[in-house]
Amino acid sequence: MSGAQATMLPDGRRLHLQHGPIDLIVEAFGSPGDIRTCYAQAVDAFGDVLPQLAAELPLLRTPLGDAEPHFRGPVAKRMVRACWPHRGDFITPMAAVAGAVADHVLSRMLRGVWLARAYVNDGGDIAFHVAPGENLTCGVVADVADPNVDGTIALTADMPVRGIATSGRACKGSGGRSFSLGIADAVTVLASDAAAADAAATIIANAVDLPGHEAVRRVPAWDIDPDSDLGGRLVTLEVAALDRAAISCALRSGVAKAEALRHAGHIHGAVLVLQRRYAAVGPSVARLAAQRKAA
Amino acid sequence: MTETKASTDMPSEDALAEAKAKVGDIVTCDACPVLCRIRPGKTGACDRYGNVEGRLVRMDPFVVTQRAIAQDGKMVPFLGQKWDGSPLSGATTFVTGIGAGTTYPDYKPAPFIVSSEIDGVDMVTVVTEGIFSYCGLKVKIDTDRYIGPEQAAVRVKGEQVGHVTTAEYGSQMLALGGVRHLTGGSKKEGTVTCETMLTLCNKGAVELTIDGGATVVVQGGRPPIINGAQEERMRVGCGSATIGMFARQWFGHADEVIVVDDHITGVLTEHQAGRFLDMRPAGIRVRGRKSTPGRYFQVANPGTGWGGTDITEPLGIIERIDPKTAWPGLRLLMVSTTGEHAAWYVLDENLVPRPAEMPAPIAKVVERIGENCEPALCSVLFMAGAGGSLRAGVTENPVKLTRSVRAALTRVTSGGAAVYVWPGGGITYMVDVTAMPDGSFGYVPTPAIVGPLEFTLRLDDYESLGGHMDHVRPLAQVAQEQRLKLMQWSSDAPWPLTPPARSAAE
Repeated sequence: MSGAQATMLPDGRRLHLQHGPIDLIVEAFGSPGDIRTCYAQAVDAFGDVLPQLAAELPLLRTPLGDAEPHFRGPVAKRMVRACWPHRGDFITPMAAVAGAVADHVLSRMLRGVWLARAYVNDGGDIAFHVAPGENLTCGVVADVADPNVDGTIALTADMPVRGIATSGRACKGSGGRSFSLGIADAVTVLASDAAAADAAATIIANAVDLPGHEAVRRVPAWDIDPDSDLGGRLVTLEVAALDRAAISCALRSGVAKAEALRHAGHIHGAVLVLQRRYAAVGPSVARLAAQRKAA
Repeated sequence: MTETKASTDMPSEDALAEAKAKVGDIVTCDACPVLCRIRPGKTGACDRYGNVEGRLVRMDPFVVTQRAIAQDGKMVPFLGQKWDGSPLSGATTFVTGIGAGTTYPDYKPAPFIVSSEIDGVDMVTVVTEGIFSYCGLKVKIDTDRYIGPEQAAVRVKGEQVGHVTTAEYGSQMLALGGVRHLTGGSKKEGTVTCETMLTLCNKGAVELTIDGGATVVVQGGRPPIINGAQEERMRVGCGSATIGMFARQWFGHADEVIVVDDHITGVLTEHQAGRFLDMRPAGIRVRGRKSTPGRYFQVANPGTGWGGTDITEPLGIIERIDPKTAWPGLRLLMVSTTGEHAAWYVLDENLVPRPAEMPAPIAKVVERIGENCEPALCSVLFMAGAGGSLRAGVTENPVKLTRSVRAALTRVTSGGAAVYVWPGGGITYMVDVTAMPDGSFGYVPTPAIVGPLEFTLRLDDYESLGGHMDHVRPLAQVAQEQRLKLMQWSSDAPWPLTPPARSAAE
């Protein structure tokens, strides 16, 4: 069994952490001494992440119900906290795993150092830090497989946003790493931390759906991955071209879910993408959508 | 900062044992603490390990090809034989880049830097896999049938994956893939383009639809299937060339021969070849634009009929028959440039061509046109540039690698197959995918194509260009890799380890 790896990328600025299926890109902005310290702390925090998750994996893959499960690992605790508000829908704590890992590593690396800005990017689910007066410009790529910067959001310290996550239906085996119950190409969410954004993105992406529509091909998750936390639930394999009415219908259903989460205070904003049509939820994201149209 | 301590909190022995217990054909991966259970044909959470026929394998085994030794003119088969574990003789083993694995950008030395001794010279092969966003396929389709206008979009599942490019002699050409379709368009366009390229690169068949043209099934090394009809052969030449080749054989058996071709239609008695034989002008004027005597452009529209035109009724290309020159009883052959279509006519008393039974000497020449046409095939060349960072995996000073390739001190191969390296900057190369081992290519979700690449040079040259000398491993050590796969080397291909010539200018 191979252990966790830590390497500096050739630009000499970013740290790459990898263990099994986890890949993190970390960057901090501050004094050289603080950067050294925080990278050492990030490496230190990362070493135990995967073994601890693996130890509690069966329960982490169990759908949340009425009783709140208790976990030992700090990442697992973050996952449950982020997913708990969504237990009315089908969700397992795994929905927030990427964001929770990013939050955990970020919080540990910030200890005792002063940084202007920092981020931990876990495969597109990003936890970040901005000091008062600083801001982080975040390019939003609505289409994961088509990395054009579709617009930018200036994230300032006074905004209640410290996490961004994207969920989509790029399926395992055809370009993606996980499964979706919905048909959204991508749902990007801004929230108070990356785990909250990750869980909400999953839920909103699942809500962008056209139940029973003939253009959507679904298979039981366990046909592809016997260990999937989705079990025998039908996951989206392929979506053929949809007409405008169908796209609007699916997006409306996702927007309704996103608005409900925003009013409940779980998210700050979201961008929903389905077959080149977009919908935006929340004030800062509405500006982004305006940029997109101008571009 | 290079490596953290190995994970401490490993799962308990019991958990490991239980997880490892096979359920059906599911295997449990113990490469990391997640212990994924993987179904046959699937990969684990990391996509780095998978279940192949019930065994856990690092995906994309990296491939060692072995030069077969000819005995009594026969290849010695060893595929399927068990690996005896013995260190391979350097002269007969070549490690290819297939499945070597790489990271992008290449911030560490290439996965395998292997040394072996050939003809008393220490040779180094640097084995890597390139992740190419800038890559494409040049597809040559041997046909004169019209497959679509130049620059027309080529589509798969409605997504544009390339375009029709400049036609070549006897062939239609497509340019597929490329960065604009892979990452410059929509996500679906990128995914479909990647799938299409991957299938063709790995010698599979793909159905392509051309805007304003045909539907073509393309597969490297196989005949194209155009609008459902399999192409059999290439034309022997243009209409004029066909006249030149067969004029003597028709002489005395026919009074006029019209060779129908989309490019140049030939008319025997007007043609230089007919005049040379003192043939009597027949007075049959064909449509189109006269180029030189007996050679006509654009007698019809391009199509899938006679000689790559839209002609299905050959008399349609005859504009008029001059009553002052033609005569009743004139014997006329109309034939296409592949010999697939042919018709025999005799002019009646009103100088109207009437179909008649083709005489044996004429039929024989028609058959001979067909015999002289080569089999029509599709050829698929993969083209990519080994850019900045990939070279850094080979040497600390990447431009020196480019210069070394230019000076022919370093041989570049792809999956062991010979490549053509373009002149000019960078290491931009083309390789015939059918010369490579099966399954040589992979992809990453970017999307981009992953292709094998090997650089072979003398050990001392490698050192002088700033090679990663501390990473050079003897071949015998590579033989101990778990994921080794032996393949027979095609005897048609040049052996990649023959030492490159030393340039005199060095």
